[in-house]
Amino acid sequence: MQLVLEKRAERSNTIALVSPLIAIGLTIVTMVILFAILGKNPLLALHAYFIAPLTDSYSLQEIAVKATPLVMIAIGLSLCYLANAWNIGAEGQFLIGAVAGSWIAVKTQGTDAGAWVLPVMFVLAAAAGALYALIPAICKVRFGASEILTSLMLVYVADLFLDYLVRGPWRDPNGFNFPTTAEFDPVATVPLLIEGGRLHLGSIIALLVVAAVAILLGRTIKGFEIRVVGAAPRAARFGGFNSNQLILLTFAVSGALAGLAGIIEVAGPVGHLQPGISPGYGFTAIIVAFLGRLNPLGILIAGLFLALTFIGGEQAQIAMKIPLDVTKVFQGILLFYVLACDSLILYCFKLVFPNRQVARGAN
Amino acid sequence: MELIEAIILAVLAASTPLLIAATGELVTERSGVLNLGVEGMMIVGAACGFAGAWLTGSIFIGALFGIVAGTLMSLVFALMTLGLAVNQVATGLALTILGIGLSGLIGAGFVGERITPAVHLHIPGLTDIPLIGRVLFGEDAFVYFSLALIVGVWWFLYRTRPGLILRACGDNHVSAHALGYPVLRIRTFAVMFGGACAGLAGAYLPLAYTPFFIPGMTAGRGWIALALVVFSSWRPGRLVVGAYLFGAVTILQLHAQGWGVGVPSQLMSALPYLATVIVLVLLSRARTGGSTAPAALGTVFVPDR
Repeated sequence: MQLVLEKRAERSNTIALVSPLIAIGLTIVTMVILFAILGKNPLLALHAYFIAPLTDSYSLQEIAVKATPLVMIAIGLSLCYLANAWNIGAEGQFLIGAVAGSWIAVKTQGTDAGAWVLPVMFVLAAAAGALYALIPAICKVRFGASEILTSLMLVYVADLFLDYLVRGPWRDPNGFNFPTTAEFDPVATVPLLIEGGRLHLGSIIALLVVAAVAILLGRTIKGFEIRVVGAAPRAARFGGFNSNQLILLTFAVSGALAGLAGIIEVAGPVGHLQPGISPGYGFTAIIVAFLGRLNPLGILIAGLFLALTFIGGEQAQIAMKIPLDVTKVFQGILLFYVLACDSLILYCFKLVFPNRQVARGAN
Repeated sequence: MELIEAIILAVLAASTPLLIAATGELVTERSGVLNLGVEGMMIVGAACGFAGAWLTGSIFIGALFGIVAGTLMSLVFALMTLGLAVNQVATGLALTILGIGLSGLIGAGFVGERITPAVHLHIPGLTDIPLIGRVLFGEDAFVYFSLALIVGVWWFLYRTRPGLILRACGDNHVSAHALGYPVLRIRTFAVMFGGACAGLAGAYLPLAYTPFFIPGMTAGRGWIALALVVFSSWRPGRLVVGAYLFGAVTILQLHAQGWGVGVPSQLMSALPYLATVIVLVLLSRARTGGSTAPAALGTVFVPDR
């Protein structure tokens, strides 16, 4: 008796819809086992992770704040992945965007610069993120170098560049030698939506991005080209679509969105540039993109869910001394289950009882 | 003289984890599977290796822990990509994300602890030869093992029948399957070998390179190992050259910082990563005539019955 995969005649739409839910269910079962191994009460831990953050206004706002960069980055990544271009350096594009935008904030500090500062910061951050993402994209289309490896290497370079700036030229002179810039001026800060709250303008921008990309993918020729190049490269060639141009485009858009997310994070919740501004948003966004089935609306939901795990993880650490790394393990396991369940869309499992002659070759 | 010797020793030490991890990945990729999870398997190998050595006091058992941890991680990858026909790129990324989390969880209790690092060979007389003595006869066991490993892999791939079959699976899985070879089983073994090597390479870091564990201590070495496989054009001989070149870049930037070269230390630290990008571009450019990669690399294979 053995378990084999059999290709379905066509994609199963039912499973396409429920597979993320199956994946989340399986992940939670695995987490219960992990909590038990760690000697924590699994029910209390699950409550701290998934229920407690939903019960007070501060945590709810904090979930939206954390989901903002995740959704923006993941939306961009989904375009790349749909076009079969593997940008995994969003973390670096996020950091470079944060740096480029902060440049204006640092240069105008203490001057009477007006309301133009924040929009210029946004534009610069998006442009820098796009340019930084174009490096691996150009290396790919021009020289054929693996975009996976080059985009990832540039994450480390961006990280070191930021580190250099906040320890060197941009360090706050009154900052007791901490590696950070001074707090940004009010004109260089993302406005809050509710006075005294946490929710800021960035969340609105993220929603606009979701809507824009939903229209791009669903209603425009470009969106159609992106989907065809990824799903059926041969058909795309016959259709005369320029796949190299689409790689450049999707990389540039995803870099711009990651860069924008970077400056929104720095000029919003953080308030100044410092190392460690991202708890791995660029990598978690990869999970968000897949959990959301590379679909804008799905990504919005998936982003909120993963933001919940960040906040829940912090609460579980405070309340039950559960290590923060459990959140990363959780996210990794979730991605595994998502990918495994996706396999069910294209294949179904069959238990076969082969007679001996056929069995040898089929293994 | 002393300085040159010290630099060569340091280069060998820095290159060894790259060489071991890249050797494993070379075999995996030669069978047609692209496992991007090397970084994740390495970091779990580092945490488990240190845990094993700290608990038992034996470097050897620590290394075994690393090997087993890396193999288990790779089995998860094999189950996903070979058993369930999931996209190899995405699964490799998932393996790395999971590995970073797991290593933090496993290693948390060991941060700040120290062990006695792996002993270096000492043959009276031979090891005392100036300049070359310590380089040739004064390394730790990992260095000699890594060289034996790559020679063994070369012999296996090019001089044995199973090696030929493994390469056939990597170049054309449909033909290999039609000839009756169990493609998925062969690939599973290749993936496990890659995992074992990555785990050992990770374990090398806290067992011999630095005698303590810090979270994230692999610092992208797994990714550099992946780039090295591309650099080598999937050939064992060039892999050795590549690994030692990259080790040299790493060590030279450290020394340059020590000599007070007038550039920011962060720029020097970024050198190995920048070098990887540049090398990938130059090599891919030089190779426009045709790819040397295994033809079936990274593609899904579901046998029809």
